[in-house]
Amino acid sequence: MKLSFRRKAVNAVMLALTGVCTVLAVGMLFFILGYLFVEGGFSLNWNFFTKLPVPVGEVGGGMANAVIGSAKVLLLATCLGVPVGFLAGIYLAEYAGGAFANTIRFVTDLLNGVPSIVIGIFVYTVLVAKEGFSTYSGGVALGIMMIPIALRSTEEFLKTVPVPLREGAMALGATKSRTIATVVVPAAIRGLISGMMLNLARVSGETAPLLFTAFGNQFWSPGWKQPTATLPVMIFNYAIAPYPDWHRQAYAAGFVLLTFVLMINIAARSIVASGFAHKTR
Amino acid sequence: MSSTRANDAPKETGEAAKPAVPDPGLKLRSTNLNFFYSSFQALHGISLDVNTHRVTAFIGPSGCGKSTFLRTLNRMNETIKGSRVEGEILLDNENILGMEVSHLRRRVGMVFQRPNPFPKSIFDNIAYGPRINGMGRRGEMAERVERSLRRAALWDEVKDKLHKSAFDLSGGQQQRLCIARALAVDPEVLLLDEPCSALDPIATAKIEELLFHLKDNCTVVIVTHNMQQAARIADYTGFFLMGKLMEFDTAEVIFKNPKVKATEDYITGRFG
Amino acid sequence: MASAVTIPPTARPKGRASFLSRVFSGDSMAQALALSCATLILVITALLVGELWVHSALAREKFGLRFLITSVWNPVTGEFGALPFIYGTVVTSVLALLLAVPFGVGAAIFLAELAPPKLSDAMTFLIELLAAVPSVIIGLIGILVLVPMLLIVVPPIKDAFGDHPPFFFSGPFYGPSLLAAGFVLAVMIAPFIISVSREVLLAVPRDMREAALALGATRWETTWQVVVPFARRGVLGSVFLALARALGETMAVTMVVGNTPKIATSLLSQGYSMASVIANEFSEAIGNLYPSALIEVGLALFGLTIVLNALARLLIVATSGQEAK
Repeated sequence: MKLSFRRKAVNAVMLALTGVCTVLAVGMLFFILGYLFVEGGFSLNWNFFTKLPVPVGEVGGGMANAVIGSAKVLLLATCLGVPVGFLAGIYLAEYAGGAFANTIRFVTDLLNGVPSIVIGIFVYTVLVAKEGFSTYSGGVALGIMMIPIALRSTEEFLKTVPVPLREGAMALGATKSRTIATVVVPAAIRGLISGMMLNLARVSGETAPLLFTAFGNQFWSPGWKQPTATLPVMIFNYAIAPYPDWHRQAYAAGFVLLTFVLMINIAARSIVASGFAHKTR
Repeated sequence: MSSTRANDAPKETGEAAKPAVPDPGLKLRSTNLNFFYSSFQALHGISLDVNTHRVTAFIGPSGCGKSTFLRTLNRMNETIKGSRVEGEILLDNENILGMEVSHLRRRVGMVFQRPNPFPKSIFDNIAYGPRINGMGRRGEMAERVERSLRRAALWDEVKDKLHKSAFDLSGGQQQRLCIARALAVDPEVLLLDEPCSALDPIATAKIEELLFHLKDNCTVVIVTHNMQQAARIADYTGFFLMGKLMEFDTAEVIFKNPKVKATEDYITGRFG
Repeated sequence: MASAVTIPPTARPKGRASFLSRVFSGDSMAQALALSCATLILVITALLVGELWVHSALAREKFGLRFLITSVWNPVTGEFGALPFIYGTVVTSVLALLLAVPFGVGAAIFLAELAPPKLSDAMTFLIELLAAVPSVIIGLIGILVLVPMLLIVVPPIKDAFGDHPPFFFSGPFYGPSLLAAGFVLAVMIAPFIISVSREVLLAVPRDMREAALALGATRWETTWQVVVPFARRGVLGSVFLALARALGETMAVTMVVGNTPKIATSLLSQGYSMASVIANEFSEAIGNLYPSALIEVGLALFGLTIVLNALARLLIVATSGQEAK
C-alpha cells in the first residue's frame, strides 16, 4: 500500500515545523550568549575584578565588591542549604516511610514552588526587619532556596544505590549510619555532587531574594553584618539605569555571571556522564 | 520428622569420605523459630542445630523459607519493615536476638545470591569489614587482605591489581571477592545464600572447592537450589517446604535414604 | 511433621542492644540528625506561611477581599488595591503561555519523537543550558536589546492597522510594556515546557508507538494520534508548572514591564506585576500599612503558585500512574 502524497507531505511539514521550534529555542541561547560575549567581553577588563564601582559620571571602575559579595552569599547559602537538604534527603531515602515521608515530600515541593521574591519577604520579616540589611541574611535567603532541590536530588540519587550493596555492608557488621556513610553515599557520590553543583548554579543567578536581604553596597562589605553588593543585583540596578556606561558594566557583569553559571552546569553534567561506573550487573 | 537434631544422631556413615574433624561441637541452635512478614508467616517452628566446622546446606523449592531462615541467623531480615521473629537462636549458647546486631554480624558473615562488591578498589572491599569493626592496624591490613584473598582462592588472580575497581573482575571473581570480604573479619559462621546461582559452571566449581576448605576455620551454612551441589559439599542437609523444616539429617541420609516422603519426592524430582 | 518437641517461644529479649551503646555507636544520633533536618523543612515552611499571614494582617483587616478587586494603589493616601498587579501578572503570564506553549510542545515532540537520538541529545543539552540562564540576564537582554528592537518593529505593524487598531494593539508605545514582559517570560518558560514535556513524551510506552507504526501510520501520525494523546495530561502538567514559574518570576518582568499600576487592554501599554511591585517598593515601603499591603500581595502570589503547582503535580502523577499500568 502506498502512502498518499498528502500524508507524506503532512509528515514532512510537521517534522520541519517542530524542528524549527527546536532550532529557535536553541537559537535563543546562542543569541543571548553571543550578545553577552560581544558586549560583555568588550566591556570586561581587569578593573572589573579589582576596582569598586564609581559614581555616576565617572568612567571606569569595576564590581570587585559584588564579585566578593556574591561569593560570600553563595558560600553561606551552600553551607546552610546543602547540609540540611542532604541530611533530610538521607532521612527520606533511608529512614522514613509512610505518611511522614510523604508529608515532607509534599512540603518540600511546596517550598520549591514558592516564588523567590516571597522567600525574600520572609527573610526580611524574620531577620532584616530587626537587624538591618546584611550579607548573612542574603545567604540565608538563598540557602532556604537550596534546601528543596538538595533534598530531592539526594533522595533521588540514593535511591539508585542497589539494596544488595547496603546488605553487603550490614552483613559485615556495619551499622545503618555507617553503611550510609561508607557505602551508600560513596556509591552515589557523582550524582550527589553534580546535583549540588546544579543547585548552586541555579541560586547564583537569583536576584529577587537578595533585593531586601543583602540589598546592595557601593563599597566593600567586611564581615557578615553589613549590606553587600552582589552580581545579580548589580546587573539589575545597572541595566535599568539610564547611563550607557553602566549598561556596559551590566553586560560585563552578566557575562561573568552567565559564564560561571554555564560552566558549573556543563561541569556538573559531565561529572554524571563521564562515568556512572555502576555496572552492578 | 520429629525434629531430628543433627547432633542427636551422629552418623558414622559417609564421614570417612570427608576430612576428619574431631568431635563436631554445637555452633548454632535454632529452637521453635517462627518468622513473619507482616501477617504472613514465612517460617513455622524451625528447630535445628548447626555443628562447628561442618557444611550445613538447606534445600527446597523456591519460596520454601530456606533463605528467610538463613537471613534470620544474622538478623538480616530485620531490615524488612513489619517483620517479626519468635523463638530462639543460640550462637555458642547466647541468644542472638539479644546481641548487638553489628557484633553478631561480624561473627556471622554472609555472602549473597549475586556478587555485590562495593564500588571501591579490590583492596578497599576486603579492608572494609576490618576497618569498620576496628580490626587490624594500618600495618597489618595488607597482610589481612592477602590472607583473606588467599582463603577465597583469589589472591593469585588479583594480586597485581589490588587497587583497581572491583567491578573489573568477572562475576565468579566478584563472588569470591565477596567471600574474601566476608572472611576478612574472621567470622565464626559463614552464611551463603545461593552463592552460585548467578555464576557459570566453572566459577561454581571453584567456589565449591573453596567451601570445602573453608570449614577448617569456620562453620558454613549454605542455601542452594541445586541438589547436586548440596550433595557434593554438605555434611548436613535440611529440606524446607512451605516454611517448615521437613527433614534434617546428614547429607548421606537425606540424599540416599530420606525418611520423609516429601523429601524423597523432592530428591527424586517427583516434586511439584 | 515438624516440632513434635514443643518449646514455648521465648519472649523476645528486651531491646536489641542497650540504647546507650547505640548512641555511642552514633547510629541513633545520625538518625536523629537526619530527622531534625527533615523536620526543619516543615518548620521553615510553616514559619514562612505564618510570617506572611501575620505581617499582612494589617492590610487584610483594613481592606478585606476588596484588596484583590480594587485598583487604586496610593501609598500617600494609604489606599491599596492589588488588582492592577494581578491583572498585569495574569496578562503577561497568559501571553507568555500563548507564545511558549505551541513552540515548546513542538520542540518537545521533535526532540522526543522525530529527531535522530544524537541530535536530540545535543539539542536537549543546549535547551537545558537555556533553562539555566538566570532571569536577571534575560531581563538585561530584554531591556537593552528586545525593547529597542520592539521600538523599531512595533510602530510599522501598528500603522498597518490604520486608525482603528484592535484593542490589544492600541495606544502609545514606549517600549517597556506588557508585550515585552510576555516575550521575556516566554523565553524563560519555553525551555522548561520543552524539557518536562519531552520527558513525559519519552515515558509513553514503546509498544504504543510500534503498534501504530505497524499499522502503516507515518511518524507524524503516530506521534500526533497516539503518543501525544497518551501524554496529554503530563504535557498539560508541564504547562501548569510553567505558568506557576511565570507568575512568580520577578526580575525579567520588572525590567521590561514599565512598572505602572494601571489596567489597560492594550498589550502595548505599560503595566505592573505582583512580583515586580514587591521587588520595586518593598525595601522603600515606610509605615505599617504599606509594607503590610505588599506582603499581602506576596501572600496572594504564594497562594496562587501553590494552587497551580498542586494542580500540575496531580496531572503529572496521573499520567505516570497511567503509564505504569
